[in-house]
Amino acid sequence: MYKYASPKNFYALAGRLIPWLGTITLLLFVFGLYLGLYVAPPDYQQGDSYRIMFIHVPAAWMSMFIYVMMAGAGLVGLVWNIKLADMLATASAPIGASLTLMALVTGSLWGKPTWGTYWVWDARLTSELLLFFLYMGFMALQAAIDDPRRSARAGAVLALVGVVDIPIIHFSVVWWNTLHQPASIGSLGRIVSPTIYPSMLHPLLIMSIAFFVFYFTVVLIRMRGEILARERHTGWVTQIVRSGMETQGKFP
Amino acid sequence: MSQNLLGTARCIFQRDLILAARKPADVATPLAFFVIVSSLFPLGVGPEPDVLSRLAPGVLWVAALLATMLSLGRLFAGDHADGTLEQMTLSPHPLTPLVFAKVAAHWVTSGLLLVVLSPLLAMQLNLPAHAMGTLAVTLLLGTPVLSLLGSVGAALTLGVRGGGVLLSLLVLPLYTPVLIFGAGAVTASASGLDTKAYFSLLGAFLLLALGFAPWATAAALRISLD
Repeated sequence: MYKYASPKNFYALAGRLIPWLGTITLLLFVFGLYLGLYVAPPDYQQGDSYRIMFIHVPAAWMSMFIYVMMAGAGLVGLVWNIKLADMLATASAPIGASLTLMALVTGSLWGKPTWGTYWVWDARLTSELLLFFLYMGFMALQAAIDDPRRSARAGAVLALVGVVDIPIIHFSVVWWNTLHQPASIGSLGRIVSPTIYPSMLHPLLIMSIAFFVFYFTVVLIRMRGEILARERHTGWVTQIVRSGMETQGKFP
Repeated sequence: MSQNLLGTARCIFQRDLILAARKPADVATPLAFFVIVSSLFPLGVGPEPDVLSRLAPGVLWVAALLATMLSLGRLFAGDHADGTLEQMTLSPHPLTPLVFAKVAAHWVTSGLLLVVLSPLLAMQLNLPAHAMGTLAVTLLLGTPVLSLLGSVGAALTLGVRGGGVLLSLLVLPLYTPVLIFGAGAVTASASGLDTKAYFSLLGAFLLLALGFAPWATAAALRISLD
């Protein structure tokens, strides 16, 4: 196990895992979308428009999960000074930010047929928006610091403060929303409740697993890139680059 | 240095207050910003008293948020430039209480003055008189949270390029709960509702921030000075 804590061995392991994980992601996406778009019946109230939830809900779940992953990895990096954990946190941020954006966009597209407008200050959408700002802050902070060690540690502290604040932000927004406007359609509440039909629940679960595996596939690809960038002065990276250039005939 | 921890912290607190008193312009600028932003709103939305009194809680709280954020720059920058901050990390005392003293001094020279100034601006925005007390109390409970959370951001962006704008990106999303309940309390009070729950929540945020923020700031400072 400890063998894979070194960037070099992890690079090789990730390289072997990525094709498998990528294939699983693809199969799950195809199967989940098939169930969600063809097999599941139209909703009696929302018609076909509800089908966007098979993208929207998993994206929203993952956006929160990835932030927690990021903070957890940051903590591990901060406490035990493990480079791979730092890289995991850095590599996760853009994926989390893009899934948050995806949840926002699909949420507002779903809002048009159900609420009649693209944006309402719905509690969940608002806290997703704030989560997006937190991701932006994390990425901007890491981008502004050149030293990779300092950048990783500063990001970790910010992610940890964020992870404490996120539940507070979420419940504040929920409270604020119930105070300021009449209860809007509980988009998620109804889906999570057990009244959902199995024919709609199954594609949702499969899509969630698909997004989950997708995250791990992409994070491994990004971590491999991080490893190459940070270890570029070491012998083994030079060797990889050299052999890669030789196969392409660019290196004498 | 043979002083005990409490003495050192008090010394830092007094020193920061003296420094602020010697450079009053640094303290006054964020306050002037607070006044200007609040005065611009009537020009933007029109002078109707009803509209203004409805907007007042939100406008005043957002302006307080931005003014606090602008004042965060001077929290550590000066001490970082002349090396005082490094001496503090080398001192035999733990960094967290020393950071706390600095943040407390920052609050006295920013948040507390916003509280003092707030009734004047509330009058300008036609906030009902009975809500002014609520505004002052919420600012009294909320602005220390802003200083404490902001100190984490200020420590993280210390010496980083584009620090000022970056700081706003880091800190403003974290400020939203305080804004929601601070402005919410004033709105509730203006319409004659009970505000006890808001005060309890703001108090809870303050306790949470008092417990965790100085510690996170100290950790961030050590990273920045590494």
